[in-house]
Amino acid sequence: MIAEFGLAALWLAAALALLQAFAGIGHWRGFSPALASLTRPVAVVQGLLCLISFGCLVWLFAITDLSVLLVASNSHIDKPMIFKLAGTWGNHEGSMLLWVTVLSLSGTAIALFEKRLDHQTLGAALFAQALIALGFFAFLLFSSNPFERLDPAPPAGAGLNPLLQDIGLAFHPPTLYIGYVGLSVAFSFAVAALLTGKVGPAFARAMRPWVLLAWIFLTIGITAGSYWAYYELGWGGWWFWDPVENASLMPWLAATALLHSVAVLATRDALRAWTIMLALIAFAMAMAGTFLVRSGILTSVHAFAVDPERGAFILGLLVIYIGGALTLFGLRIGVVREGKTFALLSREGAIVGNNIFLSVILAIVLVGTLWPLAAEAMGDKISVGPPYFNQTTVPIGLLLMLLLIVGPLLRWRDDSLARHKALAGPALLFLLVACALFATQPQAGLWPILSLALAAATALASILPLLGRNILRIPLALWGMALAHFGFAVCVAGMAAEQGWKVEKLVAMRVGESAVVSGWNVKLDDVHPVVGDNWVALEGQLLVRRDEDTTIMRPQSRQFSSPKQQTTEAALLTRWDGQLYAVIAAPSEGDASDRWQVRLWWKPFVTLIWYGGLLIALGGAIALFGRATLALRKRRRDNPWSLA
Amino acid sequence: MKKNWLIWAPLALFAFLGGIFLYGLVEPKDEYVRSNLVGRPLPEFALPAATEGVQGLSNTDFADGKPRMLNIFASWCLPCKAEAPFLEQIKEAGVEIHAIAIRDKPEDVAAFLAEHGNPFVRIGADMDMLIQLKLGSSGVPETYLIDGKGRIIHQHIGDIRAEHVEPLIAKLKEAK
Repeated sequence: MIAEFGLAALWLAAALALLQAFAGIGHWRGFSPALASLTRPVAVVQGLLCLISFGCLVWLFAITDLSVLLVASNSHIDKPMIFKLAGTWGNHEGSMLLWVTVLSLSGTAIALFEKRLDHQTLGAALFAQALIALGFFAFLLFSSNPFERLDPAPPAGAGLNPLLQDIGLAFHPPTLYIGYVGLSVAFSFAVAALLTGKVGPAFARAMRPWVLLAWIFLTIGITAGSYWAYYELGWGGWWFWDPVENASLMPWLAATALLHSVAVLATRDALRAWTIMLALIAFAMAMAGTFLVRSGILTSVHAFAVDPERGAFILGLLVIYIGGALTLFGLRIGVVREGKTFALLSREGAIVGNNIFLSVILAIVLVGTLWPLAAEAMGDKISVGPPYFNQTTVPIGLLLMLLLIVGPLLRWRDDSLARHKALAGPALLFLLVACALFATQPQAGLWPILSLALAAATALASILPLLGRNILRIPLALWGMALAHFGFAVCVAGMAAEQGWKVEKLVAMRVGESAVVSGWNVKLDDVHPVVGDNWVALEGQLLVRRDEDTTIMRPQSRQFSSPKQQTTEAALLTRWDGQLYAVIAAPSEGDASDRWQVRLWWKPFVTLIWYGGLLIALGGAIALFGRATLALRKRRRDNPWSLA
Repeated sequence: MKKNWLIWAPLALFAFLGGIFLYGLVEPKDEYVRSNLVGRPLPEFALPAATEGVQGLSNTDFADGKPRMLNIFASWCLPCKAEAPFLEQIKEAGVEIHAIAIRDKPEDVAAFLAEHGNPFVRIGADMDMLIQLKLGSSGVPETYLIDGKGRIIHQHIGDIRAEHVEPLIAKLKEAK
């Protein structure tokens, strides 16, 4: 009953999306006020229906209704409740329903909260949003129905991939999806602006909070995903340049560029066409990422089932939406008047530099991700690994940091070098520090040392825009920018420290034996079996000691029962100056020496990577809050009838 | 607008990407990683005997005018047990088979041969998989056909099943 109810809600929502598309046209062209008045309410109800449908699926997973195919093939009666709930989106259909729900709710959010966009552009935006939703509704209903029944119902269910039975699954996909799909708003706005031709500071100010919101969630989603992979896979790395990771990074790069260019458009009315293009690219990347993940055409740790039919469906949608939007861009961008000009040495100039570098990194990641596929099409077989990505993105990332140091200090429109002579001293100082580091710690390598020095300089420089102002009158948006830039520096510092100074040790230990890794004495005290809800494990008890600091770490080698699969659960010990990371593996079969394979890493300051990511997101959140309250205050002031 | 064509560049780029995507969807995926050495001479190697009572193997044991088979196996590998009877058939057809045992212990190899029979003339031990890597082999079992001049003419990835026996023998006969 619940399954049918959920499916009905989904069909109704799809029908309303169709209605919204028509109403949106009416709104935009202004030929039918009656139709136009429908746009906002319909968008709201459509989102609610989608939410209800999603709620039904969550409910089915919660009660483990095995007469539903999706539940039977992805859940299990013995699974802990939190993973039953999170399991809703731990599979293709459920995760696509979540995707569509976020898309639909984005439309609802526009309808409810967007007050600044002019009447026509708003109608066109809701029209575009409805069109996108329609395509993905069709995808769900015709090729990925999450509510399909199974008759007869099996007794237990197939279970969920053990790697996904982790608290990370509860948070990572939803935040990432809000980020991904939230970019659809910027896309719809850009399409609307192309249709109406109204691109300017007012449009940019309307679009900015939406980009910011999606970008915050995308940042959190990527940061959380990185940490999840770090501790759950037990490989000791925090970024693998896996196609699916890249699929989340590319929209983020585009959104970051967009966030900066939209600021130029809002403040200085420049970069009009470029901002529109970036808004299109950001969501195009999100859709292409969904396609890469869902079609399984690339080999990835996120090894989802390969399904050419579904892949073809999404590819069709890509062609319609991205192809359509880019065609519209080509046809209509001439209507958008050229914006204001500026000198190379100016805030705008620095932001253009930022955009160029971000775009180049985006292009590098895109090429690296798709190269194996292109090579295969030409009859060659290659894989592209971390060396390619690291060697190309790191130098450009560092150039980006150089810009980040200078950019916020420059004046809008035009600036002179003479004003910034004072920076030469500190710059020289950081260069000397880098040289000193390189002389004393050559084993760390050139890039980590350069990155560390630049990160320190960036951290310092990120505070400079706040200096010389009355601290109580600094706008929240400026605080947010400074914090986000500071967070970026923190993140890079963590990456550099981990890359340059980590210590790895693989030892075969008998119980009672010890090993030393970077000042930590690690003794294998005991190995004993432990039993969980749906797994059994061999748990190593490691007594670790550094000076007075003594504690116990418990890495596990887990055997799950349904489905049968083995996982390693790393044990992590966090200290202020880094993390000790331990993985244990049973002796190989037939090896009678009863020695356990213990892999140990000391990763100095590695946690800064994720703290940095969170600071970036927090900076975004503060800026968003600042802008929202400012807009609210302005609206109250402008509206004589308001109660304030 | 001076650079009008630039406006259409993103669309052109997307069309190109779409083409690649379409190719990726339509073309069946070939998960095998084939050796680059097919058509080229065997790399140099000299391996000790894998167990007592057999002889070690080096690349010079090939190029004497007689085409042979080179089987890469391990006692711990399940498909290797499955293909053992078919290797026996190939041997009975008059084909000389050399083998390389991967990451194996002498006693395990002996036990494997005792249980599944020994179709091999020589068996080299590749403890660290170095020769396997040199050969461009990505797993066990794999079988190479080597012509009389010591060149690799064919790589068979995975276990040899009943239907593979005849074609493999025929290929080797053609080689001479």
